[in-house]
Amino acid sequence: MQEFLQLVVTGLVIGSVYALVAMGFALIYKSTSIINFAQGEFVLVGAYVCLWFYSGLGLPIVLAFLMTMVFSVFMGVVLERLILRPMIGEPIIAVIMITIALATVLKSAITIVWGTQIMVFDPPIFSQEAIHLGSVRVSEVYLWTLGFAFLFLGIFAAFFKFTRVGISMRAVADNQQVAQSMGISVKKVFAISWSIGALVSAVGGILVGNINGINSALAGFGLKVFPAVILGGLESIGGAIIGGLTIGVLENIMGSYLDVYLGGGVKEIAPFIVLIIILMVKPYGLFGIHEIERV
Amino acid sequence: MPPLLSVNNIEVIYDDVILVLKGMSLTVEKGQIVAVLGANGAGKTTTLKAISGLLKTEEGEVTDGTIEFEGVKINGMDAEKIVRMGIFQVMEGRRVFEDLTVRENLIAAGHTQKCNRSELDHRIDQVYSYFPRLKERETGLAGYLSGGEQQMLVIGRGMMAKPKLMMLDEPSLGLSPLLVSEIFEIIVKLNRDLGTTILLVEQNARMALNIADHGYIMENGKIVLDDTTEKLKNNEDVKRFYLGITDMGTKRSYRDVKHYKRRKRWLT
Repeated sequence: MQEFLQLVVTGLVIGSVYALVAMGFALIYKSTSIINFAQGEFVLVGAYVCLWFYSGLGLPIVLAFLMTMVFSVFMGVVLERLILRPMIGEPIIAVIMITIALATVLKSAITIVWGTQIMVFDPPIFSQEAIHLGSVRVSEVYLWTLGFAFLFLGIFAAFFKFTRVGISMRAVADNQQVAQSMGISVKKVFAISWSIGALVSAVGGILVGNINGINSALAGFGLKVFPAVILGGLESIGGAIIGGLTIGVLENIMGSYLDVYLGGGVKEIAPFIVLIIILMVKPYGLFGIHEIERV
Repeated sequence: MPPLLSVNNIEVIYDDVILVLKGMSLTVEKGQIVAVLGANGAGKTTTLKAISGLLKTEEGEVTDGTIEFEGVKINGMDAEKIVRMGIFQVMEGRRVFEDLTVRENLIAAGHTQKCNRSELDHRIDQVYSYFPRLKERETGLAGYLSGGEQQMLVIGRGMMAKPKLMMLDEPSLGLSPLLVSEIFEIIVKLNRDLGTTILLVEQNARMALNIADHGYIMENGKIVLDDTTEKLKNNEDVKRFYLGITDMGTKRSYRDVKHYKRRKRWLT
């Protein structure tokens, strides 16, 4: 039982970061209808940029973090303006191909600049010391990660619920033409969506990079986001959060209990087994599009 | 002083091939209610979309003529800029944001208004004073409102933008007669109390002619008849084709029936 609890807690920590990145992915899909295969690379870029500001330039972590946020927003706007806006109205497959190309380009650029060696935040941002929560032992850095992930999830949940910009973004996601008829600029909303998508990914990258170190394999994180959003329902931001947490816990538990019988690696494939099962049983996910029908 | 809105001889083409409007013109004076009547496919909705700039989202284009609002040419402008200038189109078919609450729908509609929270709340309350039923459903998802409530919500959204010209596209569509008169009363109230100029597109000719000052009759992409509503209501052709009134008591021969069924060609 204690081991189980331990697995749930560490699973929740990683899951909260999945949730954060998945939220960015769902946001971009919801408002622009683009499946962004470069989401994992956004994670990677954010992590490396912050690492460079922090360890490379020796800036204090708060400053490095803020500058990474600014950089991510800037990157989101530029990518939207240069690459994705001209593709508005083009076939969806072409746009998806562009994001795949973008993923490859970003990853290669990172490899050129920073190589393939694992790099770590040095000195570590949070201490690794273990804290006892009842019978469960968690290192401090995990708690910080969980806290920050939920902080950002909360900030954006409030943003979409209460601010006028957030509401107009949901309006665009609901019906672009009607949103335009009331003077909401769809182009601006697209740009903001990409910025937020890049920003939350960068936060996720920094949090995970701080635990495990960073190399280009971190982009695989972006792939794990797919089971999370499919589970939650592609166009549901709340669903992405729940999906992310669930996938995090599930992969941890399945990995730990099944590795003994299957000889390892279950953790890596567990999310995708879940993905296949969901697509067969409940293809729209838990909270996916269900058109409101009045009776 | 130029009229509030003047549409001069415009031509609209969809997808580079389909000619929908062929030399359409109309004028709306400030403070008026103007009705545009016509059969399905006459081009009424296209006219509104040409004015509001929403044609672009549907591969449509104004290829000839001009649209002027307060003397400024607006064809070719982005929809958002036209909204900011004071034209708001309430689209056909009660297109509420289904996943947003009633209140959020109104907030989204006030997007172009630079105002603080209290001013925004004040405007929302104003909408509720016109449509008390919306207040009861304030926090419910708009997708679950009844048809009449959704129509009220889309008109309320129009009010949020404080437009000089509100264009309503078939507000009576699919509503019970009682609700239709309720909605029309509110349209008149908007015009009288808030001074909003109204351009109304309708199939319900009787209702529209009753509240409007001036009426246009549209067929095949152009205006075939326009006059004050008083005169239109007494026009024999309008009576017969739009109001369904025939000369009571006179004996009608088979030739008349055939004449009635024949499609009307307007030669005026």
